[in-house]
Amino acid sequence: MTWLIQFFQTSIGKKFLMAVTGIMLVFFLITHLAGNLMLFGGAEMFNNYVLSLRSIKPLIRIAEVVLVLIFICHIFSGIQVTLENRKAKPQPYRVSPGSSTSKFYSRTMAVSGSVIFIFLVFHLQTFWWSFQKKQGNDTGFYEIVVNSSVGYKNPAIALFYIIALLLLAIHLRHGFQSAFQTFGLGESRYKGAIEKVSVLFWLIIPLGFVSIPLYFGFIK
Amino acid sequence: MKITVQAWRQNHRNAEGRFESYSVDNVSEDMSFFEMLDMLNNQLILEGKDPISFDHDCREGICGTCGVMINGRAHGPLSGTTSCQLHMRSFKDGDVLIVEPWRAAAFPVIRDLVVDRKGFDRIMEAGGYVSVSTGGVPDANTLPVSKKNADLSFDAAACIGCGACVAACKNSSAMLFVGAKVSQYALLPQGQVERASRAKNMVKQMDTEGFGNCTNTSACEVECPKEISIVNIARLNREFVRASF
Amino acid sequence: MKLVNPSNKRKYDIIVVGTGLAGGSAAATLAELGYNVKAFSYHESPRRAHSIAAQGGINAAKNYPNDGDSVYRLFYDTIKGGDYRAREANVYRLAEVSSNIIDQCVAQGVPFAREYGGLLDNRSFGGAQVSRTFYARGQTGQQLLLGVYSALVRQMNAGKVAFYPRHDMLDIVKVEGRARGIVTRNLETGEICSHSADAVILATGGYGNVFFLSTNAMASNVTASWRAHKQGAYFANPCFTQIHPTCIPVSSEHQSKLTLMSESLRNDGRVWVPKKAGDYRNPNDIPEEDRDYYLERLYPSFGNLVPRDVASRRAKEMCDKGHGVGATKLSVYLDFEDVISRKGKEWVSEKYGNLFDMYRQITGENPYETPMKIYPAVHYTMGGLWVDYNLMSSVPGLHVLGEANFSDHGANRLGASALMQGLADGYFIIPYTIGDYLAREKMCTVKTSDDHFLRAEKVVKENLEKMLSIKGSKTVDDIHKELGKIMWEHVGMARNKVGLKKALELIPKLKEDFWKSVHVPGDMNEYNPELEKASRLADFLELGELMARDALHREESCGGHFREEYQTEENEAKRNDESFSYAAAWEHKGSDSVPKLHKEELDFEEVDLTTRSYK
Repeated sequence: MTWLIQFFQTSIGKKFLMAVTGIMLVFFLITHLAGNLMLFGGAEMFNNYVLSLRSIKPLIRIAEVVLVLIFICHIFSGIQVTLENRKAKPQPYRVSPGSSTSKFYSRTMAVSGSVIFIFLVFHLQTFWWSFQKKQGNDTGFYEIVVNSSVGYKNPAIALFYIIALLLLAIHLRHGFQSAFQTFGLGESRYKGAIEKVSVLFWLIIPLGFVSIPLYFGFIK
Repeated sequence: MKITVQAWRQNHRNAEGRFESYSVDNVSEDMSFFEMLDMLNNQLILEGKDPISFDHDCREGICGTCGVMINGRAHGPLSGTTSCQLHMRSFKDGDVLIVEPWRAAAFPVIRDLVVDRKGFDRIMEAGGYVSVSTGGVPDANTLPVSKKNADLSFDAAACIGCGACVAACKNSSAMLFVGAKVSQYALLPQGQVERASRAKNMVKQMDTEGFGNCTNTSACEVECPKEISIVNIARLNREFVRASF
Repeated sequence: MKLVNPSNKRKYDIIVVGTGLAGGSAAATLAELGYNVKAFSYHESPRRAHSIAAQGGINAAKNYPNDGDSVYRLFYDTIKGGDYRAREANVYRLAEVSSNIIDQCVAQGVPFAREYGGLLDNRSFGGAQVSRTFYARGQTGQQLLLGVYSALVRQMNAGKVAFYPRHDMLDIVKVEGRARGIVTRNLETGEICSHSADAVILATGGYGNVFFLSTNAMASNVTASWRAHKQGAYFANPCFTQIHPTCIPVSSEHQSKLTLMSESLRNDGRVWVPKKAGDYRNPNDIPEEDRDYYLERLYPSFGNLVPRDVASRRAKEMCDKGHGVGATKLSVYLDFEDVISRKGKEWVSEKYGNLFDMYRQITGENPYETPMKIYPAVHYTMGGLWVDYNLMSSVPGLHVLGEANFSDHGANRLGASALMQGLADGYFIIPYTIGDYLAREKMCTVKTSDDHFLRAEKVVKENLEKMLSIKGSKTVDDIHKELGKIMWEHVGMARNKVGLKKALELIPKLKEDFWKSVHVPGDMNEYNPELEKASRLADFLELGELMARDALHREESCGGHFREEYQTEENEAKRNDESFSYAAAWEHKGSDSVPKLHKEELDFEEVDLTTRSYK
């Protein structure tokens, strides 16, 4: 095991951990989005979906624990990499080259990541925790998400969701391709394919998420 | 034309630094950027002031000694060009040039615009070679190398070790430098025997030197005067993972 | 030749000054053998040495293209190219080891150019009618130096080489008449320090910067050689300087250096000037019949690939006759139109891309569309410290390698031979010959706290303090430019008695002026590039005088040394083998005395002395 620990202590190892956990998290986003889209099917459809998840609760719990571990690794590694990188460049330049040498979304991963983290805490505290409090065959999940004071009917909440999700898009714009570069595939013959697939992850999935607060907060 | 130079001045490693502004008249556009600095220095010396120290040597873009940040750009605004090959025709009358040394914890300032890049040499010491001693080697044509690999290897070997990649990287990462060297050998049959240990040892030394972590912004590739591609970073990642598992 | 037992090698310390191709390869190889090596460079890293700038390639008698090459032919071409002023034995040995160099470099992972079948590619170069030049695009010197550097860092890692970066050698220390150490200045802190050893190797390059403008790097200097010369090492053939025909012409007063365009360009580029003097039309508007491809006209068999000295002199002649082009009228065209239309732009770009880019960056003109303008510039110095067959100078224990010695190129160096010589000296010659010296001598122990060292340090310090104390009205560069003008005008491409005598008047005056009116800012105990430059210039001023003296005494024309009084009716160099078939080794006799000339007669047993002809 020491070789594995040693690997993750190197600069490339840390990046590798970021990349692997990041990719795992985007796959979670697919399932999460699929569930969320049930909201468009109305209260009954959504409530039944949540109840069906509840019926396999032990499995869900395991999944949640794994997810939390992945998140912790991703966040912890991100913080570590960011702090080390700040230390490696103690004095900034007087003139910043801005976007002439790199894309803004590649330079702002720590910022976009931090905001997404804050959003995540809020999101869990409002939706996930309220869901947990419901017992037995209680329903009303739809109500919480759409019509409660912390739901999308509140324009401030809906706006917050939209901003956070756009930041997620920005985060993934760099993150997805960056992960493959870290795996050593970024500039290979797979480059074109990775670029195409990345659009699904950085653009289509976040837009899918954005459609929900946008619809329930401002259109419906 | 008339140029204003705002240069970083710092007397020695531990001294406080500051920017100072100088005005240079009669700059011709055929001058190189360093010839403009030469002219400024001549003027400063005759005024009894300290000239601006900057590293340079071959002035033909190959030795890798030079390198300054000009208006936030490593080696100035042109791509694929070292500071010494930059000519004043790239600027216009009245321009203000803010000239700074490479900034990185691993590259401490020695004086003014001169930095200490010995970290690069120590990374090379850790494994940037094929362990063959002089004599007793096979005939040069014993091992054929596909032209494609020979060319790719050359593309990586073209690195001049100037440090612009570290300077341009917001994290002061040396991955492009290390990636280029590891790639050069990984692509050639001569480099195979020590392929794994080389990748591991060079990365370890890179981390020890205090270079930052690569976050794939690719600023290094944009600023590299020899246009070394980040393909080499991807290859380094592969080599390192392969060596570790 | 005597040998040192393998287990005894670790008892010897060897100092290597300069870590370019010659010094770096010597340091690495000696360390591999077991010697303790201390390597010094004024650069921050061995990878910065000016060997890196060599573009075209490296010769080796491999005969891979099957075009009739052999060790003898390489030997013969080199002797002939050097206009019969090199020592036969040395050159033969050089040709013999040339193949080993390529093997060694390939084994180190040097990415030479290859053909589609995977084997090494060759190209042709000036002064030879076979293709024996191995190359790595236009960056052969860089790749070879990085190979040397890799061998060197490997030994640094093994603890067998102690490398001293940013250390300038300022004196040789002799004990009992033998070279036993050096005095250095740490360029970052200014500290003056001594280092002792059992033998000293200088591989400190050439002295082309005596002309101020040359293709040498800014810091290239003669100081190590010159200080050794003042300690008793003879300086041989100082007037043999090579003027390279294909450089980017001077554009302004402020120019700090000249840039070479590899000679390999002459493989495919055609040199021409307008037929009519004073024809200032745009080159693309000058029709074929109004162009004079003078090299092809004068030398039908070698054409554009005549040796460097010939190509340079002919360019000067054309410009002197008023056929020069460009704003200064001091350049000729090097045209690629022909090859671009024959093989396509892509082919040309693959082969010469980086050179074309470099030309465009410097001049702002696109050589794919308009012909390059080129003019000769000082490039290489064949002269240097005199060495015997074992590469030892006239000071026992002091060995000299690479461009710093005088041995292999005679009066003119052929293209792609400098890299060959540097690596031959370092990889394959000094490792054997130094053992012979060490095994023969009984050495006393020396410490850097001994009087010899302390005295040398004191002299070095006083010299630097004196420069710093003048605080006159001229900068180092001002005076260096003046020296350069004198040298170029009177000791340059074409020399004559009157001019050389004038130089011998002007240079001492300028030297006097230097010691009266130079202004060196700052002080000694800090990073002070102006002080480095001043110290180097002081030596160039003395060397310049010796060069003029040597050029004056050699009353013949040979290779890079062209005396206008001695030429054939066709303006070719006219040698005088009766009186001058020797290497002129000058012994320093004190700053105010005339140096003493020693003659090493050159015996030619294998090659007949003939008039060089490239027609």
